[in-house]
Amino acid sequence: MRLLTHNFLASNVRGVSTGYPLALEVAKSSIKEVELNADFLRGILPKLDWRALVAAASAAGFPDLLAAEQPQEAELFADGAADAEGSAIRRLHHALLEIHVDEGALVCPDSGRSFPILKGVPNMLLHEDEVRH
Amino acid sequence: MKLKQLEGLLGGLTQFADPKVELEQYATGPHIASRMLYTAENSFDDISGKVVADFGCGCGTLAIASALLDAEHVTGIDIDLQSLELAQENATDLELDIDLIQCDIKNLNLAGLLVDTVVMNPPFGTKRKGADMDFLSMGLKVASQAVYSLHKTSTREYIKKAAIRNCNAISAEVLCELRYALPQTYKFHNKKEVDVAVDLWRFVPRARDERAS
Ligand SMILES: C[S@@+](CC[C@H](N)C(=O)[O-])C[C@H]1O[C@@H](n2cnc3c(N)ncnc32)[C@H](O)[C@@H]1O
Repeated sequence: MRLLTHNFLASNVRGVSTGYPLALEVAKSSIKEVELNADFLRGILPKLDWRALVAAASAAGFPDLLAAEQPQEAELFADGAADAEGSAIRRLHHALLEIHVDEGALVCPDSGRSFPILKGVPNMLLHEDEVRH
Repeated sequence: MKLKQLEGLLGGLTQFADPKVELEQYATGPHIASRMLYTAENSFDDISGKVVADFGCGCGTLAIASALLDAEHVTGIDIDLQSLELAQENATDLELDIDLIQCDIKNLNLAGLLVDTVVMNPPFGTKRKGADMDFLSMGLKVASQAVYSLHKTSTREYIKKAAIRNCNAISAEVLCELRYALPQTYKFHNKKEVDVAVDLWRFVPRARDERAS
């Protein structure tokens, strides 16, 4: 699971209000490089929950990867930024699409229910008595 | 990528070794899957550079087809861990990155507007009644751009009404009719396979702020 998926995944245990954002616990992670697509990043920027992303990156072992506040578009998409080592857009790309959580857990902020992540796959299955009716 | 090339790559995927009949596990064949995703991409621009989710991803055919057509981020969701492991293997063999989640579609909870397009070959509901509609209504809840799905042609009128009346669709269009070779376990026939007519649908969800609930 990558952090972009974490950014839209919520828990649905009976009784929770939003079940979002899930706290991330990471026991093992890995990095796989993929090509940066600036147009894609521009499009999803307004839809991201920045705080959730910062917290997730931090949990994955990258506490300084992202600024606490979402950078301005002008900074992110400045000419040449996509090719500049360590630029804000490269960091954002890295956080969203290159960090893989292989083992760990997702914890529901409302109920405390923990969902294990094994071999990269979060198990969001609910027990019978946790399902909403 | 050309249609033929896409179909060829999908034809090389490993399919369910030991399908669970109660979950309606039969792979979406390369012919149907390639046409479904090719149309989504070339006629509607719904795949490349998008965030795509595959509901009931099984061995991962539709998720992988999306990744092959340059979806930026693909998440496959299935209730069955063995299927997810198979999907992972299939993706790895083609050097594609897809994310996977184990979840019952009925209980899925996705926040925000990040998912653009949902693609799915839901259970037709022959084993558990209503499974197809659970998938469709969740797809229309989650997608911000479009939902592509396969449903039996015999349910066409019903699907159209239900999608628009109950599932937040502003449009529901049958793009084409296809023949689906279903393993005989799903029908009370003696033939090894039975051809079922299925519709390829494209649904457009109502904008989030215009929804009643
Ligand atoms: C017709 S198959 C789809 C096949 C897939 N497109 C492929 O090519 O392998 C239906 C899939 O939905 C999954 N499924 C059935 N019920 C489900 C549910 N309630 N939630 C999530 N997945 C489910 C099954 O495990 C199966 O993989």
